[in-house]
Amino acid sequence: MRALALCLAMAPGAPSATAQAAPVASTTPAAAQPVLDELMRLLAARRHGHVRFTEVQVLGVLKRPLLSSGELSYDAPDWLEKRTLNPRPETLVLSGGVLTIRHGEHTRTLTLAQYPQVAPWVESIRATLAGDRSALERYFHLEFSGSLPHWSLVLVPVERAPGETIAAIHITGEGAAMRTFEIRQTDGDHSLLTIGPEITP
Amino acid sequence: MMRPGASGTLIWALLGMGAAAVAARATYTTDLSAFLPRSPSATQRLLVEQLRSGPAARLIMVAIEGGEPQTRATLSADLARRLRADPRFAAVNNGDAAGLDHDREFLFRNRYLLSATVTPQRFTVAGLHAAIEDAVATLGSPEGMLIRPLFASDPTGETLGVLEALAQGRAPPTSAGVWASPDGRRALLIVQTRAAGSDTDGQEEACGAVRRAFSEAREGLAAATTRGVRMRMSGPPVFAVASRAAIRSEVVRLSSLGAGLIALLLLAAYRSLPALLLGMLPVASGALAGVAAVALGYGSVHGITLGFGVTLIGEAVDYSIYLFIQRTVLWQLWVWPTIRLGVLTSICGFAALLLSSFPGLAQLGLYSIAGLEAAALVTRFVLPAWLPADFAIADLTRLGVRATGLLGKLAAVRFYILLLPALAAVYLYGHRDSLWNHALSALSPISAASQAYDTQLRADAGAPDARYMVVVSGADRELVLEACERVSHKLARLTASGVIGGFDSPTSYLPSLASQHARLQSLPPPAELNARLSAALVGLPARRAALKPFEHEVEAARAAPLLTPASLAGTSFETPLAALLMKSGSGWAALVPLRAAGPQDIAEADAARVRAALGDEPSARVHLIDLVGEADRLYAGYLREAQHLALAGFAAIVLLLGIALRSPARVARVVAPLALAVITVGALLVALGHQLTILHVVGMLLIVAIGSNYALFFDRNRENPQHASVPLTLASLLIANLATVTAFGVLASSKVPVLADLGSTVAPGALLALLFSALLAYTPAPSASVPPTPE
Repeated sequence: MRALALCLAMAPGAPSATAQAAPVASTTPAAAQPVLDELMRLLAARRHGHVRFTEVQVLGVLKRPLLSSGELSYDAPDWLEKRTLNPRPETLVLSGGVLTIRHGEHTRTLTLAQYPQVAPWVESIRATLAGDRSALERYFHLEFSGSLPHWSLVLVPVERAPGETIAAIHITGEGAAMRTFEIRQTDGDHSLLTIGPEITP
Repeated sequence: MMRPGASGTLIWALLGMGAAAVAARATYTTDLSAFLPRSPSATQRLLVEQLRSGPAARLIMVAIEGGEPQTRATLSADLARRLRADPRFAAVNNGDAAGLDHDREFLFRNRYLLSATVTPQRFTVAGLHAAIEDAVATLGSPEGMLIRPLFASDPTGETLGVLEALAQGRAPPTSAGVWASPDGRRALLIVQTRAAGSDTDGQEEACGAVRRAFSEAREGLAAATTRGVRMRMSGPPVFAVASRAAIRSEVVRLSSLGAGLIALLLLAAYRSLPALLLGMLPVASGALAGVAAVALGYGSVHGITLGFGVTLIGEAVDYSIYLFIQRTVLWQLWVWPTIRLGVLTSICGFAALLLSSFPGLAQLGLYSIAGLEAAALVTRFVLPAWLPADFAIADLTRLGVRATGLLGKLAAVRFYILLLPALAAVYLYGHRDSLWNHALSALSPISAASQAYDTQLRADAGAPDARYMVVVSGADRELVLEACERVSHKLARLTASGVIGGFDSPTSYLPSLASQHARLQSLPPPAELNARLSAALVGLPARRAALKPFEHEVEAARAAPLLTPASLAGTSFETPLAALLMKSGSGWAALVPLRAAGPQDIAEADAARVRAALGDEPSARVHLIDLVGEADRLYAGYLREAQHLALAGFAAIVLLLGIALRSPARVARVVAPLALAVITVGALLVALGHQLTILHVVGMLLIVAIGSNYALFFDRNRENPQHASVPLTLASLLIANLATVTAFGVLASSKVPVLADLGSTVAPGALLALLFSALLAYTPAPSASVPPTPE
């Protein structure tokens, strides 16, 4: 656990500091506000989800993208599991404010409150799934476009905590279902998480 | 012409001034060392040394309890920030990110010196290929988010390896960003003072600084949020400060309470202020003589000796009681010899304590011997001359007569009363397996509740006291570290096979210079690394150009200086290193605490397997020690010693009585009631849930030493009935006994266990000694014989 904690904070030149920005006005056009509110209500109404995902990561240090796939499960309001099955089994669980990563025999946990540079990574997806607009706005400006059947939400960090490298997050969806989740980083690295169909038990 | 006794007064005055001068210049100590035994074996010496002054003795555990988790976390962070800025503290850890800055920097910068995976093989083409392939796989996983920033400068993952080796599940869990107990109810901080463990003043200042910082942090928050939030501290510095404070206040409290109560008792008995003041003269002289003797004999006087000293008041006052109440023209002939023998038996008892390995007990012995001696001599040679011509105290004949009547009634049922010791003996025999307290902690002035809280906090902090520990000792630091690395290899195999759960080695923080040197030698020179890296990347997705930082850092590492203990300054590894690696005597020693694989302690069989696997080292000594077993052995030794001393003291008293009384029957009549009292008190203590400690044993010796005085008076009355007033003897014994019971009873109320144990043994013991002596000596007086009243 300590290993992880140390490691997380080891991004070059990354002393930890808290980024607690006051909620700011959304940059979403006034006309779109009611739609965004409706979307948030729709998302918040969803209590569970269990879907397949594929992820493509493009990293500057690598010549070719890394592909992975697995399953995502969600229980409102703050339990999220990302279970990677390929190429290497690994599980990431967010429960309450605690992140747990398991692969093989290794288990690591860390508390998000301790790592302000990590919180936006996790809150962006959790708060969107939970339809928790105020949690999103604590970290991001929200730019909503489209309509409920085909929406697009761009999250731009309000203020970047030292060591935090998110440039923007682009989420698309259809109604209460999230379809893609793309993170672009300041150094050009980016990843695209594509959410597949619901797995019916 | 000199008044009779004037020469005695003169000598007394001169000696008194000398003693006062010595006492005034004496040093007074209050640390716990009086009840830490002088250590016998080298291992035990190391342990006791560590206990007294090692880095562990400088650790304060701080818990913040009550209120909301977020409030506790905020207070923890604020408290840590304040303490980090305070030069009185060497290290402050609370698990918050701010505390890890130095650690991160240190580990990352020195990864090629610290990582055990840095070998020549690791930096071959194949080795680099395998390491980088592994790191790339990690990059794509959720964990990748964490190592991504490091990949370009550390593609072989050495930093992560070092972190994992260090982590091993040692740190407490975190809640709201700071260390917390597993149940989440308290936030935890571990603070190391700069003051040495033996520097109680420095520790007291540090404890005060923590308290002040906490109240400042608390005042920084809204009163509503901090309602019910409190801070508690534990650990050796806190204990040292608390026990010093306890001993100081106890000495004052017990002495004034004891003296006050005894003064009231005597005032009630004598109804004469001059008598009371004169009666205190031998006591004050005795106390002064005792302090002076201890100061001369031991160089310094322990506070706790003064605490025991209250018992001296109880006994020394007896002599003047006998003088005042049994004052006849023939006092010197018929009373004094009995007192003299009583003093000598008491001295025999206390003399046994002089041989004790506990400096506290030895001091008590010397203090009491000198004190009683002085009190008795003052009573005999100074006090009579000071008595005014019209000196009179209330006539206690009536009290004596009433006591005689009561005694007669008791004597009628004495068979039943004497059944008590018989039952007690049976009871003790029945409980013979659980009589003794075998924990050294029973002597600690720290309350059981505080000790339990300390254990709880240690468990919460993930740093429970290890039961087994490998001790590696050798001539110098490097020899010890090198041996320690070989020991670590063996222990790693035992961990892998599940015999033990893990271990902490100082070499995780500070590898031997030889290992560090070998690791640097494994790093290829720049041109070589360049070529090998290019070849290693064939077939891997990593971009060649992106790994330039790696090449630069390896090159820089090759030229970097090797790590020494000083390199760890300012990191949170400084504390564990200092706790695990230390100078010991003329050489060095490393401690490697072992963790059990499960929640239970390591089993004996597994310990034997560890011992067998460790084997011998050519250049260092390696021992597996069982701390619990070692402490048990240590304590068992002292308990045995106390028992032997008590028996020796008892034997000396019997011998003395044999010489003085010249009659085995008389000796038996004197000793029998004392033995019965000891047995009854022993059973009483056990029945009340006490387990007997060394101090109880010493208390039993004192019952014999003090009780013999009573038995001797009954013996005298029996031998020379024509010279004694039975009621007055009884009255004087009753009052003397009450004074003793009061003094020891006050001691029994002490919060310091060593004092309380002694008091709770001697107070009832003295009472019973008087009762049994009276009952065994009782012969129904012919109704016609009215005892003569003095004068």
